[in-house]
Amino acid sequence: MKYISAIGRYFMMIIEVFRKPTKWSVMKGLIFKEIDELIFNSLGIIIFISFFIGGVVTIQTALNLTSPFIPKYLIGFATRQSVILEFAPTFTSIIMVGKVGSYITSSIGSMRVTEQIDALEVMGVNALNYLIFPKIIAMFMYPFAIAISMFVGIFGGYIAASVGGFAPSADFVSGVQLDFIPFHVTYAFIKSVVFAFVIATIPSYFGFYLKGGALEVGKASTTSFIWTSVIVIILNYFLTQLLLG
Amino acid sequence: MIQVENLHKSFDGIPVLEGISTTFQKGITNLIIGASGSGKTVFLKSLLGIHTPDSGEIYYSGLRLNEMSKDQYMQLRQEMGMVFQGSALFDSKNIGDNVRFPLEMFTKLTQKEMNHRVDEVLERVNLHNVNSKYPSEISGGMQKRVAIARAIVMNPKYLFCDEPNSGLDPNTAILIDELIQEITREYQMTTIINTHDMNSVMQIGESIVFLKNGFKEWEGTHKEIFKTDNEAVTNFVYSSALFKKVRQMYIIEDQEIKE
Repeated sequence: MKYISAIGRYFMMIIEVFRKPTKWSVMKGLIFKEIDELIFNSLGIIIFISFFIGGVVTIQTALNLTSPFIPKYLIGFATRQSVILEFAPTFTSIIMVGKVGSYITSSIGSMRVTEQIDALEVMGVNALNYLIFPKIIAMFMYPFAIAISMFVGIFGGYIAASVGGFAPSADFVSGVQLDFIPFHVTYAFIKSVVFAFVIATIPSYFGFYLKGGALEVGKASTTSFIWTSVIVIILNYFLTQLLLG
Repeated sequence: MIQVENLHKSFDGIPVLEGISTTFQKGITNLIIGASGSGKTVFLKSLLGIHTPDSGEIYYSGLRLNEMSKDQYMQLRQEMGMVFQGSALFDSKNIGDNVRFPLEMFTKLTQKEMNHRVDEVLERVNLHNVNSKYPSEISGGMQKRVAIARAIVMNPKYLFCDEPNSGLDPNTAILIDELIQEITREYQMTTIINTHDMNSVMQIGESIVFLKNGFKEWEGTHKEIFKTDNEAVTNFVYSSALFKKVRQMYIIEDQEIKE
């Protein structure tokens, strides 16, 4: 019953987010601030993780393809498929749940415990729209971060293959180009848009409806990370079945 | 003027407010006092519309709160100023932007006009050259002043203060009380202050409502509160050693007059 009530409240929150919008001149500034905070400030960690994940995928693929009858270009092919289909959109999203999700829950939660949200409501501001809407819009930039992650991941694989001597550069590149299906990129972008919405809204829910003090802010961040990750992983399964199945 | 009629509010079946009726007058400082857990904050938040009462009526200048149209209600919200117990300043904004916030959200003033108004109200609360500082960079007393400046920047009709001098040293607390009383008279606002500070009661208690266990136990002025026979009020007022001595002085004074 508790969970059903929470799900109901989450969807009611989503409806409220789009009601009674904040003045555009104010909202514009908030959106740019959130793009900077949520997307640009995350690019460093996204690039770092993608580069090394791409490299590890290449090394592991190469080490498992020991038969001399299997061409080396398949290492590039396997790296591209793994990075585009799964590692860039899903793995990066789990990292973003930890980084961005925790930030969202703790920042909104801190505003709740210090009565800043009450202050907004007393003034007649739709606090849900003011706080959450710019985050949702900013997270629509997330597919750009995923595109960067795809590129850097494959580049990381290329460096690992050529520097580590697992596959000749030319073979790796021809493997990356082999049987390329553009819809796979579209699939990754569709997933990332859905995950972006989840990453913006579920942590906001946990922050906004928080009760208690500073200790509860920490607890809410952890709970928010767990639930957002679970939802991302479940949605990943259903979207894959729906779009590729 | 705000009128309250038979207000009831409970949480999870536990009654917190039980049939409170009173009137808060314009241009004077109205105090809600009582011990912790007496229902003061719930009463204040019910007046503000943060809590929806279970039953009873609240009238703002004759208009019933729960019969207002959405536009009337939003208009009312913009006519309210609130000073929270912890100031509730926005951490991510500097002092100037905190005070400017309601103007940016609800007016069509130019940047120049907004800056002028922000400087004007900060000046009114005796704060100078703090616009670019952040809330964490100023003292608790200054934060309260900023919160008052933000509350009055839209020229509100109603000012609500939740324990405005809690956590402040006695001198600063007196200054904050005086400031609230001054601006109440100057702006002719209906000001409601939630407090359990007896210094505030003595200094600015022009009208006092005493709550006990969710009931309105007593109503009067700061002159009347020291002479009332109500036991609950007497116990509350004279709970500190200082006020016990004040009471003895009153008794001696009365005896001398009689003699």
